[in-house]
Amino acid sequence: MSLKRSILAGALGCLLSLAAPGLLRAQSAGGTVVIASTQVPRHFNGAVQSGIATAVPSSQIFASPLRYDDNWTPKPYLAESWEVAPDGLSVTLKLVKNAVFHDGHPVTSEDVAFSIMAIKANHPFQSMLAAVDKVETPDPFTAVIRLSHPHPALLLAMSPALMPILPKHIYGDGQDLKTHPANLKPIGSGPFKLTEYKQGEYYTLEKFDRFFIPGRPKLDRIVVRLISDPNAAIVSMERGDANILPYAAGVRDIERLQKAANLTVTDKGFAGIGPLNWLAFNTRKKPLDDVRVRQAIAYTANRDFIVSKLMGGKATPATGPIAPGSPLEEKSVETYKFDLAKAQALLDAAGYPKQADGTRFSLTIDYLPGFDEQQRNIAEYLRSQLKRAGISLEVRAAPDFPTWAQRVSNYDFDLTMDNVFNWGDPVIGVDRTYLSSNIRKGIIWSNTQQYSNPKVDELLAAAARETSPDKRKALYAEFQKIVVSDVPIFFVNATPYYNAFSKGLGNLPTTIWGMMSPLDELYWETPPKT
Amino acid sequence: MTLAVHMIRQLANAVALLGAVLVLNFCLIHLAPGDPVQVIAGEMGGASAEVIAALREKYGLDHTLMEQLFTYLGKVATGDFGYSYYFNEPVLHLIAQRLPATLYLAISALVMAVLIGTALGVVSARRPNGVLSHGVTVLSLAGYAAPIFWTGLMLLLLFGSVWPILPVTGMADVVHPRTGFAYLLDVLHHLILPSLTLALVFIAQYSRLARVNMIDVLSADYIRTARAKGLPEWIVVVKHALRNALIPIVTIVGLQFGNLFAGAVLVETVFSWPGMGRLVFDSILRRDYPTLMAVLFFSAMMVMIANIVTDMMYRLIDPRIRTGAR
Repeated sequence: MSLKRSILAGALGCLLSLAAPGLLRAQSAGGTVVIASTQVPRHFNGAVQSGIATAVPSSQIFASPLRYDDNWTPKPYLAESWEVAPDGLSVTLKLVKNAVFHDGHPVTSEDVAFSIMAIKANHPFQSMLAAVDKVETPDPFTAVIRLSHPHPALLLAMSPALMPILPKHIYGDGQDLKTHPANLKPIGSGPFKLTEYKQGEYYTLEKFDRFFIPGRPKLDRIVVRLISDPNAAIVSMERGDANILPYAAGVRDIERLQKAANLTVTDKGFAGIGPLNWLAFNTRKKPLDDVRVRQAIAYTANRDFIVSKLMGGKATPATGPIAPGSPLEEKSVETYKFDLAKAQALLDAAGYPKQADGTRFSLTIDYLPGFDEQQRNIAEYLRSQLKRAGISLEVRAAPDFPTWAQRVSNYDFDLTMDNVFNWGDPVIGVDRTYLSSNIRKGIIWSNTQQYSNPKVDELLAAAARETSPDKRKALYAEFQKIVVSDVPIFFVNATPYYNAFSKGLGNLPTTIWGMMSPLDELYWETPPKT
Repeated sequence: MTLAVHMIRQLANAVALLGAVLVLNFCLIHLAPGDPVQVIAGEMGGASAEVIAALREKYGLDHTLMEQLFTYLGKVATGDFGYSYYFNEPVLHLIAQRLPATLYLAISALVMAVLIGTALGVVSARRPNGVLSHGVTVLSLAGYAAPIFWTGLMLLLLFGSVWPILPVTGMADVVHPRTGFAYLLDVLHHLILPSLTLALVFIAQYSRLARVNMIDVLSADYIRTARAKGLPEWIVVVKHALRNALIPIVTIVGLQFGNLFAGAVLVETVFSWPGMGRLVFDSILRRDYPTLMAVLFFSAMMVMIANIVTDMMYRLIDPRIRTGAR
């Protein structure tokens, strides 16, 4: 090789090495992400169906008026701006002008009005939009939501997980929205469109080229693989067959995922759903109708042991009805630190002295099947723990959810473990458990404790309408103190949900809605080898 | 009795039995505690009383059990198996999507079990007290005793995690979908672990059965005669002995078709194999009555078909049964 050639080759090499990072970055745009999901969606329309299985795809397919960051701050999405009237009786949304549905139709205020009224009529969270009277559409890009009373929860209800904007030209054909054929072939204006659904196997979301936010989504494709066995899901993550495993809840599963060198594991992204693991009491049944008995059980339960030992420190202790992570959580409440002497004194005072055989009375405990570490193990532990206070506890297993739900919703229980979500705002997911008006036999996750306190009803009604954030927080603080001292429920922990991601993924969804937010910013920093 | 008359009688019996299966399924499923509306309401995060009442009315669950049974039987008679409560799709559509996957799994497991099981049985029967024979016996007992889902999980960990050479979930690569012959190869690749898991328990049984029968047959007079005529050993074993030793295996294969389906429920759940097994598992947990009843009905139908086919094969292999000679 001549000197001249060597110099040329060297220069070219230098240039290439300088350009390489740029080339690599260019390569990383696009790509496919595989999500391993143990949850099978009934359909993809989050306007008429709650729950994680539907909300994850629905938030990709449909856009919503607002979205949220990790500090509970609303951000523009389909609405570029929004204004709450000083009297709190209306909210005006100004929509972006370039949003179109996957079939090319523009998104207008008509669609927003249609969707809000459809959600009000069909969504299981009836309190979420109960205050909405009507939605006016003065022009194609302005929607004015008229309310019967101030409704501060409305802004949170405009999140992708709760308020997908549906195309009126498809869903407005008069068919029942809950069984509309389009629910399985949805058309939205979100970053991804559903291109294939193989029943029981997988569904595929492809990038929507005309998404209204320039440069997004960054990925080309999301494939959601439906995996029924959690062990198989974890092996898939370890092998790199799947890149995201959302909502892992088993302590041993989480430990295994954390040990895998190719994975990042985080507990961020669950503040919005606010999952709580708790021990509920049938407050109308003797001897649990006496608050002192319930308090005694709370003092005996030893939350610290449950969280640190039974759950291996993976869970956060919960002390009240509003989940840790919510700005409305009140921390200064009675924590019922383990105190056996106090528990014994309370039971004596309540008129349940120890009998000759050392017991005071017998109870049964049920638990929600399918989540052994959060539910069955705690029920079993409580049996030995309550025995120390003289309470004989029988653990009653249910083979499946329908059996358990039937017992609990028909008040055929003494104590039950349960796992219930806050869903962001107390009006959406908390009130239902404590309002006396929601004592409805036969309905699971209503006020099945049959707890009734007029002061609590009053506080919840006032807080639901209070527009001043400070005053609202104060009202909920008082509510939490009362509920914790009345103990219709002993709060154990925030359910330890974790998301596992393949290393090399950027902009992980750690907002309050986590995997139920649009994944339009997620991208491959270093794409996996295929 | 001629073959035709026999077949007609068999078919008539099968139809009557299927009618009984329909009624029995209906009763058993509706006897279980908990109702589907509560599951749907639960999955919605707790629905209101109005939503629950509407759901109950929509699915006809507000009628008496007897009314529901007659409505159901009437619909099935016209070929309408109803809508899945959970998936909001016609049940027949769901089954049509899932049935092929289960058939691939069941048939491949069966073929594997018969071939490997018989071969192991024949080999160990040649020297009943040899090391190989004892090894097969021990493995058979272990294979038979281990719960199928445990075997599945162990194989999943072994070939998915420790020595990751086989795919562990699904039926095909969903990221790089293939077509044509490449797709077929991909499915076969995905089929190895689930069908091996399902086959293991049957391999154990068939090898035991083949071994016992072969030992029995090999000591028969006509085998001694064949050997005395100077026939090569492999002809004696394969042509003269195996044919007779196969009869009990054919019988048991037919009878075990139902067990094969039951095993598929567990195997499909462990390996996320998108077949009927998973559908039935999910439907039980959700009390999805129409889906559950239809899946059980079609499973029963397949077991009956398998029995009829067994009966025919039995007659084919052993002419004495065909002619009624004893």
